[in-house]
Amino acid sequence: MEREDFPGEETPLEYQTETGEYNIFGFWMFLGAEIVLFSTLFGTYFVLIYRTASSIPPAEVFSIGLVLAMTFTLLTSSFTSGLAIHEMRLGNVTRMMIWIGITLLLGLGFLGMEIYEFVEYASEGATLATSAYWSSFFLLLGTHGLHVAMGVAWFIIILIQVKRRGLTPVTANKTFIASLYWHFLDVIWIFIFTGVYLLRLVIA
Amino acid sequence: MNLDWDEFIVTGEPFIHAGQISILLTSLGIIFVLTYFKKWKWLWNEWITSVDHRKIGIMYIIASMLMLIRAGVDALMMRTQLAVPEMPFLGEAQHYNEIFTTHGTIMIIFVATPFLIGLMNVATPLQIGARDVAFPFLNNLSFWTFFWGAMLFNISFVIGGAPDAGWSAYMPLASNDLSPGPGQNFYLLGLQITGIGTLATGINFVVTILKMRAKGMTLMRMPMFTWTTLITSLIIIGAFPILTVALAMQTFDRLWDTAFFTLQDGGMPMMWVNLFWLWGHPEVYIVILPAFGIFSEIITTFARKRLFGYTSMVFAIAAISGLSFLVWVHHFFTMGAGPMVNSFFSISTMAIAVPTGVKIFNWLATLHRGRIRFSVPMVWALGFIPNFTVGGVTGVMLAMAAADYQYHNTYFLVSHFHYVLIAGTIFACFAGTIYWWPKMFGVKLNARLGYWMFWLFMIGFNICFFPQYFLGLDGMPRRIYTYFPEDGWFSLNFISTVGAFMMGIAFVIFVYNIYYSYRYQPREMSGDAWDGRTLEWATSSAVPPHYNFAKIPEVKGQDAFWQMKQEGIDPNDIEEYQDIHMPNNTGTPFVMCVFMFIGGFGLVFHWWPIAIVGAIGIFACMIQRSFSRDDGHIVSAEEVRKEEEGIREGQAHENG
Repeated sequence: MEREDFPGEETPLEYQTETGEYNIFGFWMFLGAEIVLFSTLFGTYFVLIYRTASSIPPAEVFSIGLVLAMTFTLLTSSFTSGLAIHEMRLGNVTRMMIWIGITLLLGLGFLGMEIYEFVEYASEGATLATSAYWSSFFLLLGTHGLHVAMGVAWFIIILIQVKRRGLTPVTANKTFIASLYWHFLDVIWIFIFTGVYLLRLVIA
Repeated sequence: MNLDWDEFIVTGEPFIHAGQISILLTSLGIIFVLTYFKKWKWLWNEWITSVDHRKIGIMYIIASMLMLIRAGVDALMMRTQLAVPEMPFLGEAQHYNEIFTTHGTIMIIFVATPFLIGLMNVATPLQIGARDVAFPFLNNLSFWTFFWGAMLFNISFVIGGAPDAGWSAYMPLASNDLSPGPGQNFYLLGLQITGIGTLATGINFVVTILKMRAKGMTLMRMPMFTWTTLITSLIIIGAFPILTVALAMQTFDRLWDTAFFTLQDGGMPMMWVNLFWLWGHPEVYIVILPAFGIFSEIITTFARKRLFGYTSMVFAIAAISGLSFLVWVHHFFTMGAGPMVNSFFSISTMAIAVPTGVKIFNWLATLHRGRIRFSVPMVWALGFIPNFTVGGVTGVMLAMAAADYQYHNTYFLVSHFHYVLIAGTIFACFAGTIYWWPKMFGVKLNARLGYWMFWLFMIGFNICFFPQYFLGLDGMPRRIYTYFPEDGWFSLNFISTVGAFMMGIAFVIFVYNIYYSYRYQPREMSGDAWDGRTLEWATSSAVPPHYNFAKIPEVKGQDAFWQMKQEGIDPNDIEEYQDIHMPNNTGTPFVMCVFMFIGGFGLVFHWWPIAIVGAIGIFACMIQRSFSRDDGHIVSAEEVRKEEEGIREGQAHENG
């Protein structure tokens, strides 16, 4: 609208329209809501942390090797999505798409490992309905996993749009927001890694 | 869930049969009228797909009023059942349980919240001098989630059976064991779908208010209603995700045998109570703060004075919003939390009375030595102050944990929250609707009928709820469906029922007034129906064109429009018109929300294929939206000029 100083020459592509600016700010607000959502899930998890009701205890099924692999995969994917945004700022569309592609592969790898993990736990007798502890475990992890799956789908959709339409203020805006989302999922995973796995392995 | 056909449709209750027949007839009637007058296309193009904040606001208000009628009929049925001892009116306790559950849920979720969101939609973008909200598409989506969520909840009483575990749905009362059947599932999914839209509204208004204010409108120059909208939106962002998770967990408990809230397998029923009120108490302020904003606007306009203590008012709302998250345990003082916990929450609850008191005194000081005009919105605002204070003072009585052991779960509590919620929120909904009516429809509601409605409602309200304080002190528990003559509760209950029907008649007068004013009231053309102070009255016409302002006004102080009038500036005196960029209408949100309804309906009955169809539809709509290239349209300077000059001519014609 009628803002004279807008957009300035130094303004990155994703901020160059007012709609784009609103989208990013609105997405930060949405992430605020997501923090509350995950806080509630974590709160539930910690309230129910000892309530395994004589079912299988978590220390018996957790396999730290797999969890470490998942952690490295997801953390790396956050780094590569950062590189994608870096390339986007430099205007290198092809490199940006390659980095997003790598991010996608890492995300899919994480999801694959998580599905393997859940199936493994279920085969050892820990499912959603086993006990209050396991209900909260699967709800927290499942919600995070679902978010990752949504993120993957979202990135694919954006890749197609960038491929077809090139890097415009609109596609750049979408890519930037999706990368914010991806970093957020990574932050949540750090809390899951320490609060769920490490803590439970230490205090058993 | 294996259901026989005769279990799918609720049978056996004469009232429900009447409900079913009236729903069928109304639906057929609507379809007939729309087809006969060839209005389907108009409905789709002008309303259903509209991204105009004012139209969305109007749709919110209409839908909330329909819900108010439904929940109001519930209330009258309850009051009739309790009018005399051993009343056979509703048959059995189960039916009564279902009615008070749906009454409470609908009033909070589908009346108070969306009604205020409707008024926010109508007024807030205009008050800050914006063309629209930040995310018009999302705004339309928010409305349809509310609408279809409400529909999913409402069909429960004719299909499958209504929820009966109270609006707070405590576990294990709401579990499969104690609430068998699909009723509670309707509650969970209806609220879930609506909640998504409310969260979206919160985000939308935060961005709108923080990013889209007209030039010169600093935060401390914003109208008070805009302030309350902003703070309310922030509370929504902080509180609604908690509800989302809590509802999801109860849904999992009921559909997939998880153990969050059932003692079996290690769950904790108290966790539901905590999570519910951790959302539920802030929700109380979500529906009261905008009401405070509305009264502030009305009182300043009709006392013709600036709001006394504007800054302290802003800090008071901010303080209330913070405290609203620190008081939730007062909803279960008697559940054995221990003296330390109860003391903390007792004190934090009473602390809310301080900023609220500040606000009450500010309103009184604004009235002091004002040149008061008694209009219909103003009498509602004046009626609000003493009635709300009664509710507030009894709230402090309840906040004393030790004393609460005496009052809790009695009619004393019932009376308290009706005093704050009706005198606060419902009075404000009426007052705000009457106040902004000319801005929405270009006509003022008839004042004579307005006064009739006000006095009947105000007196009926006090006759209904004041005796309930004494019923509570006499030990009458809430949620009982009948009592005996020797209990001694007959006379006060009977008086209370009379009051309830007076409120019902008052609402009928309101509905009649809408019809009467549409037919007979003189048109209001100027745009400044009440000699207003804020920017929504500065538009060129009573019903502003969809771009709101031909030229965005420049703000130089508080009460921006009042200041312009003092300085003799006409904000619509425009020399050069400019192109205006506006968003296009869209049908995607509506379709998406229909799929939410379908998916929710499938989950209610455990019909997985239907649930999957719903989910696929939702994702398809999201993908469609992502790929669509919708840059909106340009309203050319020439069109704006024609439109504005047309309005001027109309005004001149009317005046001379």
